[in-house]
Amino acid sequence: MMIRSRLLTGLIRSLRHIGHSFTDQIWRLGAGMRLFGLVLISSGESFRRIHLTIREIYFTGVMSLLIILVSAFFVGMVLALQGYNALKPYGASESIGMLTALALVRELGPVLTALLFAGRAGTAITAEIGLMKATEQLSAMEMMAVSPIARVVAPRFWAGMISMPILAVLFSMVGILGAYLVAVPLIGVDAGAFWSQMQSKVDWRLDILNGVIKSVVFGVVCTMIALFEGFDAPPTAEGVSHATTRTVVTSSLAILALDFMMTALMMVIE
Amino acid sequence: MTQNSTPQNIVEIDNLSFGYKGRMLHQGINMVFARGKVVAIMGGSGSGKTTILRLIGGQLKPVKGQVRVDGEVVHQQDRDGLYRLRRKMGMLFQHGAMFTDLSVYENVAFPMREHTDLPESMIHDLVLMKLNAVGLRGAHKLMPTELSGGMSRRVALARAIALDPAIIMYDEPFAGLDPISMGVICDLIRSLNDALGATSIIVTHDVEETFRFADYVYFVAGGVVAAEGTPDDLRNSSLPFVHQFVHAEKDGPVPFHYAANDYRRELLEFVE
Repeated sequence: MMIRSRLLTGLIRSLRHIGHSFTDQIWRLGAGMRLFGLVLISSGESFRRIHLTIREIYFTGVMSLLIILVSAFFVGMVLALQGYNALKPYGASESIGMLTALALVRELGPVLTALLFAGRAGTAITAEIGLMKATEQLSAMEMMAVSPIARVVAPRFWAGMISMPILAVLFSMVGILGAYLVAVPLIGVDAGAFWSQMQSKVDWRLDILNGVIKSVVFGVVCTMIALFEGFDAPPTAEGVSHATTRTVVTSSLAILALDFMMTALMMVIE
Repeated sequence: MTQNSTPQNIVEIDNLSFGYKGRMLHQGINMVFARGKVVAIMGGSGSGKTTILRLIGGQLKPVKGQVRVDGEVVHQQDRDGLYRLRRKMGMLFQHGAMFTDLSVYENVAFPMREHTDLPESMIHDLVLMKLNAVGLRGAHKLMPTELSGGMSRRVALARAIALDPAIIMYDEPFAGLDPISMGVICDLIRSLNDALGATSIIVTHDVEETFRFADYVYFVAGGVVAAEGTPDDLRNSSLPFVHQFVHAEKDGPVPFHYAANDYRRELLEFVE
């Protein structure tokens, strides 16, 4: 009798916990969308102080360049090696250029850039805003009649949104360079075939533009997640640490899920 | 002795009630802050003193009652109205709340750059004058991380008075300071208040320091104003709470023990 009652209590508790987590996530989504709306409304105000956005582009975009470019170089080289192995039996090793370019421009460029961006710049944004909140800097700004959304959040949002597509394009370019170095000088694939196949098969709108569209969407989502998590973080060391972790986890899942959805949508529209 | 509610009061709090999630922190608080005076709000930790400052600044909304600043009801203002009111206020946060990515100079220049179109040469002179007033003109090139606690508090004070506010609010200005810094801050509060013709509202629990320079003191306990008066009135007060607070007695109306079940029963419960 007692065991049954304990089981029942445990069951009710876990159901309550699941329900609570669900409603909590819905609430957070709503609060995130509200922040997004406020950022858009405050953008005019923050554009008047454009130097703030430029400064953030330096911190989020320029400072992420090294990790993005080095990763891109290695990804390109690995793609070329694997591609050569897979294509060689069919006598199609000249298609490496096309294969790596398509893989990078369509998928790997935008997705890997966004994942690296979330880890490098997203966490920095969350931790910075979370700590600004914990040390009452945001409250101080509000008390000085300065909107923290216009002064702190909006410039970071636009910086993230502008940086992401540029970083993704650079990722693809450096990746292709890495693939070229492995395929042509190292393996001995014909350079003319490498470039001409790439040129004929990579479509400006279907491949390059779609890749850029993806990276713009990832820029908006990644930056907004990082900003919201920082803004919503409880003002404690533990709160900021959890918020930083959540930025990486939520951004990564959102990027991968959105990538699938956008790819499917783009294929249907094609 | 209650101060009369007349237009000479820059801040008036009427029957103010505030609470979080059904738990009421304040129940029917009445306070007035006369222009040109230094008024302290005192009380134990967790008595909601800082919350009163946030209610005056419009960062929180009252459940009941109202706060009027310069005759205008704070919680009825829209964003622009609220920001207009806040330009009349300067606030010193408990730990300074300095912008860590800006230098001392830029921290003090921040409100000027945001709210005025002054030329850079004038901003330069004003910043140095404000820093000179708190004795830190020589530190204008330093970053906030290079300052001690007391210096940081003084820079934050220079920033709070950057636009010559009519109301200066101080949240625990003495917390964590050594006696020298504490004395410096005390003198600054009084001298800046008198020099600027401002009204100062100080939230603190440091009895001795505050009684030295405050004009009027409110004691907050149990969500209400438990006592009020000039420092001399309160020093001689026979009210048990004021007596316990002013003389720092361990036990009294504010008990040493947090409310708990019977001690013996709790110990035996585990054995059973």
